[in-house]
Amino acid sequence: MYRYILRRLIYVIPMLLGISSLSFFIMQMAPGDALTTMALSPDVTDEIMEAMRARFWLDQPPYKQFFRWVTQMFKGDMGHSFLWHAPVTWVIKQRVFNTLLLTVVSLIVAWALAIPIGIHSAVNQYSWSDKLLTFFAFIGVSIPNWFLGLLLLYLNLTRGWGLPIGGMTSIDFAEFTFWEKVVDLARHMVLPVIVLSTGTLASLMRYMRSNLLDVLRQDYVTTARAKGLAERVVIYKHAVRNAINPLITIFGFQLGGILGGASLTEIVMNWPGIGSLMLNAVQGQDYYLVMGNLVIGAIMLILGNLTADVLLAASDPRIRYE
Amino acid sequence: MEKNNRSNHQVDFQGNGGALRSPWKMAWRKLRRHRLALMGMWVLILLHVFAIFADFFAPYSELTSDRRRTYHPPTKIHIFHEGKLVRPFVYEYKRVDTLRNIYEEDTSTMYPIRFFVRGDKYSFLGFETDIRLFGVDAPGKIYLFGADRYGRDIFSRLAYGGRRSLFIGIIGLVISLSIGLIYGGVSGYFGGWVDNLMMRIAEIIISIPSFYLLLALSAVLPTNIPPDQRFMLIVAILGFIGWAGLARVIRGMVLSIAKSEFVAGAEAIGASQPRIIIRHILPNTMSYVIVNATLSIPGFILSESGLSFIGVGIQHPVASWGNMLSEALNLSSLTRYPWLLVPGFFIFITVLSYSFFGDGVRDALDPRSRTV
Repeated sequence: MYRYILRRLIYVIPMLLGISSLSFFIMQMAPGDALTTMALSPDVTDEIMEAMRARFWLDQPPYKQFFRWVTQMFKGDMGHSFLWHAPVTWVIKQRVFNTLLLTVVSLIVAWALAIPIGIHSAVNQYSWSDKLLTFFAFIGVSIPNWFLGLLLLYLNLTRGWGLPIGGMTSIDFAEFTFWEKVVDLARHMVLPVIVLSTGTLASLMRYMRSNLLDVLRQDYVTTARAKGLAERVVIYKHAVRNAINPLITIFGFQLGGILGGASLTEIVMNWPGIGSLMLNAVQGQDYYLVMGNLVIGAIMLILGNLTADVLLAASDPRIRYE
Repeated sequence: MEKNNRSNHQVDFQGNGGALRSPWKMAWRKLRRHRLALMGMWVLILLHVFAIFADFFAPYSELTSDRRRTYHPPTKIHIFHEGKLVRPFVYEYKRVDTLRNIYEEDTSTMYPIRFFVRGDKYSFLGFETDIRLFGVDAPGKIYLFGADRYGRDIFSRLAYGGRRSLFIGIIGLVISLSIGLIYGGVSGYFGGWVDNLMMRIAEIIISIPSFYLLLALSAVLPTNIPPDQRFMLIVAILGFIGWAGLARVIRGMVLSIAKSEFVAGAEAIGASQPRIIIRHILPNTMSYVIVNATLSIPGFILSESGLSFIGVGIQHPVASWGNMLSEALNLSSLTRYPWLLVPGFFIFITVLSYSFFGDGVRDALDPRSRTV
């Protein structure tokens, strides 16, 4: 097992090389270079531009730029953000926590609700509550999350829910006591978390429902019932445990998308995360920041998939990796 | 002689009450029983017809704007006049507050809704015509779903925008399907280092969060190109991102099919490698591909509308369901003019219909549930 993990981790290195060359190649195709927007400013003279170009190696041929960028990256330096006038790693670090906070809380909410709802739906198959939940699940899966965000913002503003809109904290956040800070943050998180967890919740509960229905048809469930176990024991001790197993793969996918998946929600709900950072970077032609985001997002995705494989092997003794 | 034999067979089996049906007919029979899937299919057909014949269904052209009617609310259709039932008519709206765009009905003149009226010109199959399904006499205006910031009719723009938002799914799918099928087929058939190299390249594309990749690629597009070209480039980008995941699955299937006897047989009679891949191996992946296709079209639609919504996809003044919603990002517009949200419901209904339809197709093509 450890050898397998180690091999997969070593394998990440050539992948990263490929990903960074693709990112670099895309950015090379873009019109202008990282300093084009800066050159438009009347304060910046030609001499300054020349000096800047030389400083950031932009006067060098592309392959040299690429080589420099990659070697620097393996040392932990992803270049300079011209929009923020700060190192890319610093800018991303500022935002990563916010995105993680939002996505992790949404994941917890979605899983905590989806499993019991899925069990309820499966156990009471074709009851009115199952039909109603199925109906909501279809809506939840099909509604684009940014559109759900707009709808919630509209309802919040017109129906007087009084929830704060946009941002993560109130203006006077710094003066709050600890508990006031927690409450303030929580209130800001309500809408984004609803938006982000709806789709996950809907699809998860459908998976849980159909998995459990499959398991309930198995012979060993009939056996358990036949030997006189209470229905509660049959369902929770025998069936549910086996039905949850396949969901671990999905959990891995979600871990992979933990940074990139929230982008549109962040943009609509004005959440200062890494997705809105990426949009700003693209719009402001902040090339190193865009490339840095691509690489960080990819690392998360690869690690997420690895975690999924490991979790799956750990939970299911039938799966073995050499 | 042989021909005769074959037709005899057919007659025999048809006499048997249709005991032998082709797999496609069986699938169709199953699909017809799936009520939600059929409903989804009909809604999709309606939406596509609405978009294809946008010129006919829309009372105004895509770019017709009216500065005096910014944020015009949805026009009320009246059927009662002085207590009596009359043919449907509308009133003209007068703007009473220019700053906040508040309108009131001006009940002095009635404008009956007329059908097959002459409106903005368009060309249809090479003919110049101006017949539109419905409209009202000037200076009256009919805005079924209200108007946007430039006084453009949202209903009309929905029809025209559907041309892009709906068909981007299908075109994007065709692109990613053809790349994915051939790539996966070649990789799985040849195996060895070819397979290894090709799959590593595909994995690189899979490993980058697709939304980030979309954003980065849309930054590459030059800004001063005509809207049609931009549309095609956006479709190309979406197709380019979508193929890799499909290629990986196809490769896995091909890997197992390539070991089967009929492939060995085809090799033995000297069929060329492209022929074996295209004629013998890929058709066996068809039912997976079809299911995957119907279920992945909504993904393309959502990506396009999401990109256009945040302003990096299809850009104004050309309409797409996504960019029509971008005005709603402004919270004061959103609360004052909620009809701006209408395109979102169209996206939602499209995606919902595709998932109903896709569910039905999957059930119909799944050999494990072959009960008909």
